[in-house]
Amino acid sequence: MVRFVVRRLCGMVAVLFAVSVLVFLIFNVIPNSDPALRMAGKNATPTLVHNITEEWGFDDSLPQQYVTMMGKIFSGDVISYEGQENVDERIVEGIPATFSLCFGAAVIWMFFGVLFGYLSAVRAGGLLDRVLTIVAVTGLSIPVFWLAAILLNYLTYQTEIFPSGGYVKFGESPLEWAEHLILPWVTMAIVYVGIYSRVLRSNMLDAMNEDYVRTARAKGLSERRVMTRHVLRNSLIPIVTLFGLDFGALVGGAIAVEAVFSLNGIGQYAYESLINTDLPPIMAIVLFGAFFIVLFNAFVDIAYAWLDPRIRLGEEAR
Amino acid sequence: MRVASQPNVEEAARAAASPWQLAWRRLRRNRVALAFGGLFVLIVVFALAAPLWANHIAHTGPNSTHTLQKLEVDGEKREVVNPSGKPIGPQWLEAGGRFFVGADGRLGRDEMVRLMYGGRTSLLVGFSAALITTLLATLLGLLAGYYRGWTDTVISRAMDVIWAFPVILLAIALGLTLAVGGLKIGPLELSGSSIWIPILIIGAVYVPYMARPIRGEVLSLREKEFVEAAEAQGAGALRVMFGELLPNLASTIIVFFTLGVANAMLLESMLSFLGVGVQPPNTSWGTMVGSGFQLITSAPLLTVLPGTLLLLTVLSINVFGDGLRDALDPRSKLRLELHAGASEPEGTAV
Repeated sequence: MVRFVVRRLCGMVAVLFAVSVLVFLIFNVIPNSDPALRMAGKNATPTLVHNITEEWGFDDSLPQQYVTMMGKIFSGDVISYEGQENVDERIVEGIPATFSLCFGAAVIWMFFGVLFGYLSAVRAGGLLDRVLTIVAVTGLSIPVFWLAAILLNYLTYQTEIFPSGGYVKFGESPLEWAEHLILPWVTMAIVYVGIYSRVLRSNMLDAMNEDYVRTARAKGLSERRVMTRHVLRNSLIPIVTLFGLDFGALVGGAIAVEAVFSLNGIGQYAYESLINTDLPPIMAIVLFGAFFIVLFNAFVDIAYAWLDPRIRLGEEAR
Repeated sequence: MRVASQPNVEEAARAAASPWQLAWRRLRRNRVALAFGGLFVLIVVFALAAPLWANHIAHTGPNSTHTLQKLEVDGEKREVVNPSGKPIGPQWLEAGGRFFVGADGRLGRDEMVRLMYGGRTSLLVGFSAALITTLLATLLGLLAGYYRGWTDTVISRAMDVIWAFPVILLAIALGLTLAVGGLKIGPLELSGSSIWIPILIIGAVYVPYMARPIRGEVLSLREKEFVEAAEAQGAGALRVMFGELLPNLASTIIVFFTLGVANAMLLESMLSFLGVGVQPPNTSWGTMVGSGFQLITSAPLLTVLPGTLLLLTVLSINVFGDGLRDALDPRSKLRLELHAGASEPEGTAV
């Protein structure tokens, strides 16, 4: 296990480095114009462009520019020239809203995904099974920002079932916090719940043919116990990996959903910066976002190996 | 097991059928997939008919503004955009097909014409991006799987880095910087508002998701006897890769391409909604949802319509693509299991 963890962490560091180089290339090398001019935004003046060139060292060699850029982003020294504010501070301010959104949505879709997946596997081919098939494929095909806009219009603006207007801090009023987040949570959960229940269903159907399930039945265990203790438990493990993969997709969902519901988190900050073509915040958000996902995936892999010894043993045997 | 009425005839016919004919027979039996395939064709026809509708029925273009104009309907004059900025609602056929579903906002452009032209853009981006992904991924997968060694190492590690990056963040970063700066690679020079920028970005970000499985398939195919036979006949690397290995990858590539179109269209709409995808004067369903959302309380149809068309298009491609996968490779493990009852193998003994 220790060997697996060390190997996985070394791989992670290499990927983090490569990802940061890629971000550097995307922002400063690949596009066809002066990076300082791009960064200055709409109200670019020759002085501002000159100052930015000095500040970010755009006259230096590329490796030197890379070091400067990473140094500035990680020391919290990046300024949005459009809004004249510190980018890292705005990102930190947005963490609670974004975390509340993603965490809450994930809890909802995991719970219902597992519940529906279990029920449809137990009665494969039944009505629930068929309905979930439709939900899953629709979830895969629905533009999440559109779903958010439609739900907001018909459930908040037109009928006032849910309150409108942004994010309420958990510390101020936990009840209002949840009230304002229900619709964003549901929006994101609808997109994923079908896929999770489908994956769990097919894992469970596979597991039902395993020898240990036959043994459990032969021992005379009740059907419910066979299903929950033997089939479901073993089918849950691959869901952990799926969760790691989807956390990356969640980032995109968060930007769109926060923008529509004006949740005032990192996603909405990203949306505002994109609309204003303000580069520095996007540079920092993309880098931190990618780093977070890489770290999160490494953590998921380690958790997975801990849950399922076959993984780490297989990897070590290679 | 069903009992065939004339087992010998049926068996002989089955033996004579090529794999493609067998796949077509399986696809024909899948009514749901065919129905959604039909829906997709209808949507494509709808988008292709844009110039016909624009020239002969609506008499306007997707970017022509009618802010201060008035429509005459049954002798009554209606403002295209009223003084408070609210666009005219659906006229259906009352104005002879003009403003069939109303105007798009302050500029008073014909929403129906824009929906049709927007569909063209969305489909064009989806298809071209998926084509780029497919070509690049197939080439990289073939090279990595055939040569192995350091070629494979270089390609695979590069893919790993892109893979580690959440697709949407990568696409946003590229979309923003290229929309501001434009792109210049050798003789290819694109301005920031070119439709090819989102196409190239979306085409590129999905490459690892397709190159990885193709490489895996090539790795196992290249150990097969037919490759050995071709090499013994003196076939060079190119002939083995494109003459022997590529035809065996065809069904995988077709399925990936189909589902790739659906994903590319979704990503395009998301980028366009965020302002870093399709740029004006071009319009797509994603940009239309974005601008419609600004007026959602007074004119919800402007958000509902483009989004619904997008959803129906992506849904029809996904369902048809899944049917195609079942038909081409009935034993494929990589499936969503969309047809709960129908996809169980025929002769499983319980």
